[in-house]
Amino acid sequence: MSADTEPKPLAEELTEKARSPFSEAFEMFCKNRSAVAGLIMLVIIVLAGLIGPFVYPGDPFDMVWAPFSEPGQEGFLLGTDYLGRDLLSMLIHGARVSIAIGLSAAFLTVFIGITVGALAGFYRGWVEEVLMRITEFFQVLPTLLFSMVIVALFGASLPMITLAIGLVSWPAVARITRAEFMRIRELEYVMAARASGTSNAKLIFSVILPNALPPIIVQAALMVGSAILFEAGLSFLGLTDPNVVSWGQIIGSNREYILDASYTVTVPGLAIFVTVLAISLVGDGLNDALNPKLRQR
Amino acid sequence: MGETLLNVENLSVRFPVKRGGIFGKKGWLYAVDDISFAVPKGETLAIVGESGSGKTTAALAVARLVAAHQGKVEMDDADFLTLEDEALRQARARVQLIFQDPYASLNPRLRAEAIVREPIDSLNTAPQSERQQIVDDLFKAVGLRPEQQRLFPHQFSGGQRQRIGIARALATSPDLIICDEPVSALDVAVQAQILNLLRRLQKDLGLTYLFISHDLGVVQHMCDSIAVMYMGKIVEQADRLSLFNNPLHPYTSALLSAVPSVDRKRRAKMKRILIPGDPPDPINPPPGCRFANRCPVAQKQCEEVQPPLRDVGNGHKVACHLVTEDARSPL
Amino acid sequence: MAPLLKVENLRIELSLRGAVAPVIDDLSLELEAGETLSFVGESGCGKSMTALALMGLLPDVGRVAAGSIEFNGEDLTTASDARLREIRGNEISMIFQEPMTSLNPLYTIGEQIAEVLRRHQNLGKTAAHNKAVDLLDAVRIPNPKARVNDYPHQLSGGQRQRVMIAIALACQPKILIADEPTTALDVTVQAQIFDLLRDLGRKTGTAIILITHDMGAVAEMAEKMIVMYAGRKAEEGPVDTVIEHPRHPYTKGLISCVPHLMANLTEDRPELTEVGGIVPGLKEFGRDACLFASRCAMAQDKCRTARPPEMAFDGEQVSACWFAGDV
Repeated sequence: MSADTEPKPLAEELTEKARSPFSEAFEMFCKNRSAVAGLIMLVIIVLAGLIGPFVYPGDPFDMVWAPFSEPGQEGFLLGTDYLGRDLLSMLIHGARVSIAIGLSAAFLTVFIGITVGALAGFYRGWVEEVLMRITEFFQVLPTLLFSMVIVALFGASLPMITLAIGLVSWPAVARITRAEFMRIRELEYVMAARASGTSNAKLIFSVILPNALPPIIVQAALMVGSAILFEAGLSFLGLTDPNVVSWGQIIGSNREYILDASYTVTVPGLAIFVTVLAISLVGDGLNDALNPKLRQR
Repeated sequence: MGETLLNVENLSVRFPVKRGGIFGKKGWLYAVDDISFAVPKGETLAIVGESGSGKTTAALAVARLVAAHQGKVEMDDADFLTLEDEALRQARARVQLIFQDPYASLNPRLRAEAIVREPIDSLNTAPQSERQQIVDDLFKAVGLRPEQQRLFPHQFSGGQRQRIGIARALATSPDLIICDEPVSALDVAVQAQILNLLRRLQKDLGLTYLFISHDLGVVQHMCDSIAVMYMGKIVEQADRLSLFNNPLHPYTSALLSAVPSVDRKRRAKMKRILIPGDPPDPINPPPGCRFANRCPVAQKQCEEVQPPLRDVGNGHKVACHLVTEDARSPL
Repeated sequence: MAPLLKVENLRIELSLRGAVAPVIDDLSLELEAGETLSFVGESGCGKSMTALALMGLLPDVGRVAAGSIEFNGEDLTTASDARLREIRGNEISMIFQEPMTSLNPLYTIGEQIAEVLRRHQNLGKTAAHNKAVDLLDAVRIPNPKARVNDYPHQLSGGQRQRVMIAIALACQPKILIADEPTTALDVTVQAQIFDLLRDLGRKTGTAIILITHDMGAVAEMAEKMIVMYAGRKAEEGPVDTVIEHPRHPYTKGLISCVPHLMANLTEDRPELTEVGGIVPGLKEFGRDACLFASRCAMAQDKCRTARPPEMAFDGEQVSACWFAGDV
């Protein structure tokens, strides 16, 4: 009790440092051990993807050794696949693609989701009716089937795959954004901004949106993980650009040998698992840090 | 009475309501139903009433924050409700609000100085070079220290937040400030600080207040005249002393008699007037006096004919059939 | 005869973030059957915590560190959980501030009242239902036979609070704790609820503990009052004596900082007395000093270095202020 009985000045006399809500959230995040662990894992994976190809050069599609050599043999740390390609090299190059798809699909998702959700939540009325019906339409589409159709119709290039993932996953973001907008637009500080003649565009973008962001950020982080999984799923079904190596593509191309050389599937599978886990941990940490109810105040 | 600053005439606000699911009939809820009042410059008019009386909606309609169905809101002979663009901007600068909930009325992402400065920037009411000085002066005027300008809302206590809200309302040097329950969310000891501040500012700056409250003790302390609302209508309107010492409408009497008091003399004198039951359905109000079903002295005509708001002398207005011409309560 | 409820030197500690703070610090009180006692103070002063302690519903981080709560001669601080459950809702019951959220929206009000009766009094289904109708009638809900089958959303706020009172009174408790029961309600509804509580108290001999921040409500409702500040008793005494002549600067501040309706209103409107500052944070609790000193106009050095003892005055008035005689 002794240290805590130090006289503390009254709140009226407190001269606190002016910390923004975001810097407080950052501090909260740093106190969350599993989130920081996730972030460290994520940083390592991203670095591997970015720097790896320079440290470990060579074309991942080159046949370098006999097919199906076990990990560790002849200096091939993770062994080779059914065509004798170096799995480590494929994994490192694949990291780039998988993460790039994850990020760009999440970005697309958030972009469409925020636009639709913000307009629906702010304007209400018929705008909301129309936009929410569209959202529901996309929500009830069987996602995997729909994206398979897009990829099958327009070709299995990376941008198409990204687009397919983005198109099927934005409704969740739109719904969250709309709910937040509907809540915040009724708050008195928005009323105060309206009373001083703030334009609608400014209300949406600089008053309401910044306050609506926390749950959207969390959703976006988790979206990166699910986009990577989605891409893996499509690749597994062979719906991928055969000229680009991604984790899902490694699994997909080796799937027939899963019983004979299980490591060819296990290794990229583990990479996906660890990445998505790391992203989820970070997402959870963000959720706790940005959620004002959990903040100790 | 000085010159009139705000003159509200026949103001109505209605909301669409759907009854009985998707295929239900559409109806209108008149939250504010044909009310008129005037506020003289430098004075305070209170609108009191219980929840659902329409007092807050009326105030927001005056500030053009909810759309009025019909009526006029005149300031200096210009109808605020019909202004557009630049004229509207200028008029907005003259009408500002203080809100009820100090935890919801400040944008949590902005520093205190930015919150206070926002109306000046949006409405462009002062040259760029003077804006910081105005903010400094406002912080001083509401009793906050200059270094607190850099803090964010969550670093302030409820009372301090309300001070920031007041500073923001003053930023454009408005003539009229609408105070919507400015102290009801605050702890009792803090209420006094804010009420004293509001009165001091009114004296120093010559402000006019439209004061919305359900707390009759606070209203009694703050206001020069009072309008009592019940279900969207003004049922009684009078200056402070007439209303509190000689309430005429049975609803006003019931309201006053319900307020608990520390004054033993008042408790001994006061006869509790019971008004049982609930107000009638606002979507389908009765044809006569809306208070008739709870009124202890209601008669047949009260249920059939709506009583007009009439002057019974000295500007004391009441909407009750049973109040006599020489201003005696029917109770 | 021993009092119905006797709290002696109660100390309740909350452990938060490794630190321990006494949210109730050396509180003693007595309550007789049929009496109405009121706790007054700002939020964060320990009023609600006292109520929870009496109910045996302290939060997980809280514990009774010292003292006793004797109810009918039985010490509740050492009673088993099973025994506390038996007492709760049966002999001591509570109504809360928010009538909108304290009823389960999925059951009719009749079912919710009957549930309590069946659990504590082993009444049969029909008997419980009939008793529920009687109780709704007792709390003056019009047409109780029909309303008993209503769901909470079909009632107004005042009616829901009446249902809460009916549930609280179902087992004829000896003590009813009302924690800001009318804060969420309109003033005319508040008056009706107060009338109801007063009548029921008189009729059934139930003692009422009213927790509020409104001095007017205290004056209308209670016979005895305790002013709490920062977990400690600032002043205690009969309501009329305390309001007439408060012996603690905090009580005085609480009374004069609110504009009251008086018997005869005049043009004269003096400035309200301000009590500067706010209630200290939990970290401050438990210091050996008068915790009100930082907001007190009369504070001397002594107030900041030593906790004032409780001083007794005529007419059972007690004040914890070094300068109580001068107030």
